Amino acid sequence: MTPSLFEMQREMRTRREAAVRRGVVAILDIGSSKVACLVLQFAPNVNAEPSISDTVTVPAMGAFRVVGVGTTRSRGVRFGEIAVMDETERAIRTAVQRAQKMAGLRVDDVIVSFSGGRPRSYGLSGEINVENGEVTERDIGYAMAACEVPPYGENRQPISAMPVSFTLDHQPGLSDPRGQIGNKLAVDMHMLTVNDTVVQNLLQCMKRCDLELAGLSISSFASGLSSLVENEQELGAACIDMGAGSTGISVFIKKQLIYADAVRLGGDHITNDIRQGLQVDTTVAERIKTLHGGVVATGVDDREMIEVPNPMAQWEDERRHVSRSELIGVMRPRVEEILEEVRERLDASGFEYLPSQQIVLTGGSSQIQGIDELATRILGRRCRIGKPIRVMGLPQAATGAGFAAAVGLALHASYPQDECWDFEMPADRIGTRKVRRAMRWFRNNW
Amino acid sequence: MRSVVPYADPSPSLLRYRFERLWLKPSVRQIVRLWLPLGVVTLVVLATFNNMTIREIVRLKSAQLYEIAAARPELQVTHVVFPEVSDDLQQQILTVSRLELPVSSLELDVVALKQAVESLDAVETAQIRVLGGGILEILTVERDPVVVWRDGNVLRLVDNEGHRVADIARRSARGDLPLIVGVGAETQVAEAINLVRVASSISGRVRGLVRVGDRRWDLVLDRGQTIMLPEYGAISALRRVIGLHLAEDLLNRDVKVVDMRNGERPVLRLTDQAISELRRLRTEVRGEDA
Repeated sequence: MTPSLFEMQREMRTRREAAVRRGVVAILDIGSSKVACLVLQFAPNVNAEPSISDTVTVPAMGAFRVVGVGTTRSRGVRFGEIAVMDETERAIRTAVQRAQKMAGLRVDDVIVSFSGGRPRSYGLSGEINVENGEVTERDIGYAMAACEVPPYGENRQPISAMPVSFTLDHQPGLSDPRGQIGNKLAVDMHMLTVNDTVVQNLLQCMKRCDLELAGLSISSFASGLSSLVENEQELGAACIDMGAGSTGISVFIKKQLIYADAVRLGGDHITNDIRQGLQVDTTVAERIKTLHGGVVATGVDDREMIEVPNPMAQWEDERRHVSRSELIGVMRPRVEEILEEVRERLDASGFEYLPSQQIVLTGGSSQIQGIDELATRILGRRCRIGKPIRVMGLPQAATGAGFAAAVGLALHASYPQDECWDFEMPADRIGTRKVRRAMRWFRNNW
Repeated sequence: MRSVVPYADPSPSLLRYRFERLWLKPSVRQIVRLWLPLGVVTLVVLATFNNMTIREIVRLKSAQLYEIAAARPELQVTHVVFPEVSDDLQQQILTVSRLELPVSSLELDVVALKQAVESLDAVETAQIRVLGGGILEILTVERDPVVVWRDGNVLRLVDNEGHRVADIARRSARGDLPLIVGVGAETQVAEAINLVRVASSISGRVRGLVRVGDRRWDLVLDRGQTIMLPEYGAISALRRVIGLHLAEDLLNRDVKVVDMRNGERPVLRLTDQAISELRRLRTEVRGEDA
């Protein structure tokens, strides 16, 4: 593992910490259908209410408050990646400006989530001998540095590398071994890489909007944080974030992300099918999908006629009607295809070995009627639709499943997990730069 | 065919976006909202008043306005009232204050008037106020003369603190007040009053008090008699003398001076006639051979 790669991540972390200390952080979820911006205000003394005794710790979830929300239709984003820089920049500016206006605060630091970039998960493990008997933070850093990193490719960028569990002398499943006594410390780590160009594009986009990037995360991970309840996160669950451009999968156990992937299919494809099947505009197709869409047909649906506006109509009498079951017939194959892709990815991840195998559907496309039934049938496990947990100050309009990633990112910002670069790396591994500098110093002086 | 009119772009232009972000900075907002207007107003005011003609015009206008306001009948003072002031003093006050009625209460310098009235010897303190209806009220506390002080050839009435109240031409004008004489006598008026009060039983015979050497008192009686009092404890010394007089009829005898300056050794100085008489009597008593 070459830690110089983590320079950007370290920088983002310090910026995020500084921003949280200053009190204002913006969350930006760049999706294929919408860009959502939340402005969070961190109050240092929310927990310090005198009425509660000191022994009771109030959960840190309440430590922030959403003071501004801005949403706008996303443009120039395809498959969760920036396709047209200029358009995306404008969409981001719109969302940020609206959120700022609502909050009455200027934001400089944003934490961004995106769904594309072909995320790939790697499970790493490393083992070291504990130096002084007692495991210290240094040992953890050394253990993580000892992980053998697979060649993930030239143009890939690790955006998350978190320790999942530690093993200390054949005692597995420790989440925090610090302070314990042992000889051998082994760590299992989960590393997530995405395409480097996607990240660079995002950076460039933020720069053009005068914003500083204070964090980067993929949206399926963020959605999982907000839509899975604590039990599910602890015992094992998968979150399927069905966006417009791509469908993200994240698998959690012991409150840690162990697998993330994305299927490059989403709600836009369903709309596209409707557009082609019913011969209508994209906007009309989107409207029909959201108003009448469904995936499970019943007898009533044969009789329920949906009026399809015809842009070519010469006079008013020329109207078309389709039955709802026809619409379902158009939508269902695509949804099935998406879910089958998801099942393939889940099977590849080893999800079936988890103690609990709850599947939670979230994201904008999860609001299609009957999708939980279909998902249960295809994925073979019980599925539920997950809405993000409620956070303070979030307006009603932004509490839907489509905001799961944004809310999850807010939770992540207020309660960040330890990443591998949060730990001190052994000096001999912090790049060859320092070693080279030392060598040069030696040569110059002797 | 479908119209190809582009939809309205909801996004702010880069300039507008940057401006709004700038505007959200509290410091920028404060500068624009507070300091900029303040600075502009200050600059305008300064620039205006740099011009001498404008300043002159403003001065003239304000003076005119002031005059118009001062000339209002509501602000005129037409009468002066002196409650509980003697006619003599009233005349003095009118002379001193040089009031030219009617005068506007805006132009009336009450402080100067008060100082002028208080500069009169007969006035201890003065209160001056403008009542409604154009009335100026002058309240004074007059000085109360307690002794007559002969300062050289001038006879002065002096109050308790030794402050001059008035001059009088003849002693008989204020025969009821005791007379004090001598350098520094006017500074010890209170003690003099006390001494006179102690000597009230012989008040018919007291001519006056003489301050000797700005140090002690002599009580001068008629028939050329003098009671010399010490610097300290003058009152008790005088009480002793008075007591002697009441018991032994001392002062009706041929005594010229009762010297009480040394309390342990009071001295009587007799008249020459009394001394020769005494000598004659003594020889008579001593015997025929004298």
